[in-house]
Amino acid sequence: MKPGNLPAMETRTVTNESGIEIKSLYTAADVEAGGGDGMPGLPGQYPFTRGIHPLMYRKQPWTMRQYTGFGNPADTNKRFHYLIANGQTGLNVAFDLPTQCGMDSDDPQAEGEVGRVGMAVDTLHDFEIAFEGVDLERITVSLTINGAAAILIAMYLAMAEKRGYDITKLRGTAQNDILKEFIGRGTWVYPVEPSIRLVGDTIEYCAKHAPKYSPVSVCGYHIRESGADPAQEMAYAFCIARAYADEVISRGLPVDEFAGRLSFNFNCFGNLFEQVAKFRAGRSLWAKIMQEQYGATRPGSMWMRMLAGGGGSGLTFEQPELNIVRGAYYALICALSGAQTMALCCYDEAYTIPSEYAQRISLRTMQLLIEEMGLTDTVDPLGGSYYVETLTNQMRERMQAIMAEVDAQGGIVKLVTEGAIQAKVSAQAYRHHREIENGTFRKVGVNCYRTDEKAPEMEFHPYSEQDARAQIQSLNRVRAERDAASVQAALERVQADARSSANLMPAIMEAIKAYTSVGEITGVLVGVFGRFKEPVRL
Amino acid sequence: MTAARRVKVVLAKPGLDGHDQGAKVVAQALADAGFEVIYTGLRQTPEAIARVAHDEDADVIALSSMAGSHLPICRKLKPLLEQAGLGGRLWIIGGNLPAQDHDALRALGFKGVFQSSSRLDDIVAFIRAHVP
Repeated sequence: MKPGNLPAMETRTVTNESGIEIKSLYTAADVEAGGGDGMPGLPGQYPFTRGIHPLMYRKQPWTMRQYTGFGNPADTNKRFHYLIANGQTGLNVAFDLPTQCGMDSDDPQAEGEVGRVGMAVDTLHDFEIAFEGVDLERITVSLTINGAAAILIAMYLAMAEKRGYDITKLRGTAQNDILKEFIGRGTWVYPVEPSIRLVGDTIEYCAKHAPKYSPVSVCGYHIRESGADPAQEMAYAFCIARAYADEVISRGLPVDEFAGRLSFNFNCFGNLFEQVAKFRAGRSLWAKIMQEQYGATRPGSMWMRMLAGGGGSGLTFEQPELNIVRGAYYALICALSGAQTMALCCYDEAYTIPSEYAQRISLRTMQLLIEEMGLTDTVDPLGGSYYVETLTNQMRERMQAIMAEVDAQGGIVKLVTEGAIQAKVSAQAYRHHREIENGTFRKVGVNCYRTDEKAPEMEFHPYSEQDARAQIQSLNRVRAERDAASVQAALERVQADARSSANLMPAIMEAIKAYTSVGEITGVLVGVFGRFKEPVRL
Repeated sequence: MTAARRVKVVLAKPGLDGHDQGAKVVAQALADAGFEVIYTGLRQTPEAIARVAHDEDADVIALSSMAGSHLPICRKLKPLLEQAGLGGRLWIIGGNLPAQDHDALRALGFKGVFQSSSRLDDIVAFIRAHVP
């Protein structure tokens, strides 16, 4: 039969979001022809396409780490204990916007925002309350903080030290990926150059003093949310990770002394097979970059360790209960992709910060995969699929092409500073939005299978002005009780070190231990570095 | 014959919220619809928004808010826009805005309240129908 006689379904072109044409059937010949590696090697072996460990989940399931935080540290501490009691194995801390932007709770710009989308934190006192009763050896903590990351990392280390933990053995993660904040998410503080310096300072400091701590989690996640396709998401994240690696190497630190503590945070909404192929391709590409371009020799330096499970843009406002199902597929994608950690989006996130109930559903979704669905029985269960292996090879080629394009245009730092990446992904987001509105990109409940039924009642997270006032009172008490001379001396050291090329972390640690506030330290640094000026390009 | 003046929209991201994908998508849609769009970028204080809207002599003042602080922001912005002589202009707001807050936003003078699920063409049509 001639192609012209085939029904439309068989002749139509199917292309994934990364621009790769999908065939109706794959065979062994496609794997061999599909660019580069052919069939992959073994998990735990370079280039780690099938997983960074030989046994993966057979040895230990992924860490479950729902993004949580609101109100005062005491409110958040209660939710932490609730999640741990329900089987969660890690914490992922959400900070309110003033904290994320380096402001104290009594800053005029913080009004109305204190404790709203995350926990309010001003001083070490707040961390002492937030993590009270949490065993920091058993439960690893991830801090979702970027513009103020150096300060909050110092606060976490100081809190742990004060509680008697040996920080040379302390594990944990900070997001601390400022370059992606300039592309999406927007909690930047300082201009690009000093911002990268601060990331370098945290990596260098942790490599020397807290070598088990992961000071950076490079996020493709928010770049994807801003409009990037899946191949761009990973390619841009790798460009950013290289920028941090270059910064640290330029200070004379050998790659194998820090690269093992770099980690990643990726999005997972979209086509299941494209997502799985993206993660498998990314894992091998990062290993190759670290070995071939950076001369890494320790396997750990080549591992793309990742958190995944989020995908806010894939969730819908319409028929929000379908987001529970989407969340289950997100978790499945991550489990099929060898994620180290999962933080699932909750079904109510298109409306509000998650309720306790919604968070428990997300937690149970992951537990279902482990306990009932057999997702931890064997490593890389899709490995060897003609389709997945071909797509993995093709996705890797796409990512390499995108990275080469960034390099040819002057590198990621230049492109982000100019706003070029921002403008590119924003234009894509607009096109994508139009495709959803005109129905060419199908979205269930949005442009097909709509219903006139009223959406189920959502439980909105309450906001308490009273809690915000209590946080300011608490900050004032700390200010009155702390040793003013120590704070003053510490802030002077922060200022002097900021003006020199010294690593800022020891001075920030000293300031934190003296109960200097996030806003006070940030204020001194802004005085030296200035503020980022957003390049608004449409 | 003088050409009709293009409708001018100042589109602002108030407060500390950094979610700007939606604002930028709307900005592109409004520009495609033939409006002149001034997008402010992130972290605009109510004072800054009122100043830009005044300096640009905006026909439409549009806010995008995703992180829940829309009511305190709009309460502060309302008197500032009025003092700047912009009380008669069209004020609209879009983003993550719980239905329970819509009446309060309209009472504050925000005639158009658009959920994050709103269609771009509906926003354009609303502006065309209501711009003074």
